[in-house]
Amino acid sequence: MTVLERFYEGDIRALSRIISHIENGREGYRDVLSRLYDRVGSSLRLGITGPPGAGKSTLVNCLAHRLLKQGHKVGVVAVDPTSPFTGGALLGDRVRMSDFPTDGSFYFRSMATRGASGGLANATDNVTIAYDAFGFDVTLLETVGVGQVELDIVDSCDTVAVVVVPESGDSVQTMKAGLMEIADIFCVNKSDRPGAERIISELRQMLKMRKPPEDKWSIPVVRTVATSTDGVEELEEAINKHRAHMGESGFFEKRRRYQIRKKILTVLRNRFQNEFVDRLREQGDLDQAVDEILAKKTNPFEVGDNLYRRFSA
Amino acid sequence: MDKKIRVLLAKPGLDGHDRGIKVIAAAFRDAGFEVIYTGLRQTPQMIVQAAIEEDVDAIGVSILSGAHMTLFPAILDEMKAKNAGDIILFGGGIIPDDDKEELEKLGVAKVFTPGAPTEQAIEFLKKTIADKKSDEKIM
Repeated sequence: MTVLERFYEGDIRALSRIISHIENGREGYRDVLSRLYDRVGSSLRLGITGPPGAGKSTLVNCLAHRLLKQGHKVGVVAVDPTSPFTGGALLGDRVRMSDFPTDGSFYFRSMATRGASGGLANATDNVTIAYDAFGFDVTLLETVGVGQVELDIVDSCDTVAVVVVPESGDSVQTMKAGLMEIADIFCVNKSDRPGAERIISELRQMLKMRKPPEDKWSIPVVRTVATSTDGVEELEEAINKHRAHMGESGFFEKRRRYQIRKKILTVLRNRFQNEFVDRLREQGDLDQAVDEILAKKTNPFEVGDNLYRRFSA
Repeated sequence: MDKKIRVLLAKPGLDGHDRGIKVIAAAFRDAGFEVIYTGLRQTPQMIVQAAIEEDVDAIGVSILSGAHMTLFPAILDEMKAKNAGDIILFGGGIIPDDDKEELEKLGVAKVFTPGAPTEQAIEFLKKTIADKKSDEKIM
């Protein structure tokens, strides 16, 4: 029996093997994904992002428990950084997970970024395809601790919650581009700490000053204390409301269409990267070109043009 | 892409001394491994479930409580029950030589005792994982 056949029968071990296969970009992984994509249904994908130590994992823990209680099958992908120096990673998001069922209704996978810089690993979006095909109806995606520009989560989720803490900065920080622009929901976690009221009012003011989003969604600011589950119910309500709003306004489909368009381009870009740029780098074709450039016989732009022509021929 | 070595590190049972396992976690990370750290007070069921979900090559456990003759066999049993016997189980702790021998007979791949340099565990894993063969077909 192949791993994929076991996957279709609901074997958790097979799901894990398939995810590794996809994550490692093993031979034929695109074919596996093509097959899985046929089974993709309507799993909802919820993204949790925010700075390191904001409480993302603890919130994921709380949300997952609530969703399980309501009868959902929940898959979690949590991403932590890979060291650019050693290639190693310490994946510690499981530490916050407690008392989950082992009956197949819950699944948690840690991923290392492996060189990606957008807050997720390159393969994270593909892993959500495997989750969906396996039958999880809600996927929770947790990014690495982000700063301002790690925004890949937008392309992989239906709803994005940005988690901040009372210490997250002043009103100018909230006005900056990037992270502050991708929230469907703001969650002020650790809101029992001093400064919570200030950041909540600053976020609200920022939202008022900003051009309203195209989908007319009014972005809520929810306060939570994840360690005691305070406010998690409100966070979940906000998520449900956002889903409902997206469905009614037609923006759910619009967002998915946008994501699929982007996905096609990503698949193409990865292929180009893997099969052309990486091959070129490995083969060492470049050394000769470097010699010639240093000898002033040519320049990087001419070399690039020539290589491009050779590839596209 | 290179295959990354993935290792789950856990502390089973009730002892809360996690300095040792954190030293190991940092050493493995610096050796280029992906280390999934699960924290304290894990049951054998939780450990094996996590190892399966994370598709790790090896499970490493640290036991300083003296309960190693109970916990290691319980983890091995759970691995067998969940069809995960191919995952390498290794561990460390304050474990007498006789027990170490007994555990390695039972199926624990290697038991490291106090004083063992971290490089020893790293080399052991690299070699053991490289020697592992799989004939599984994806599709």
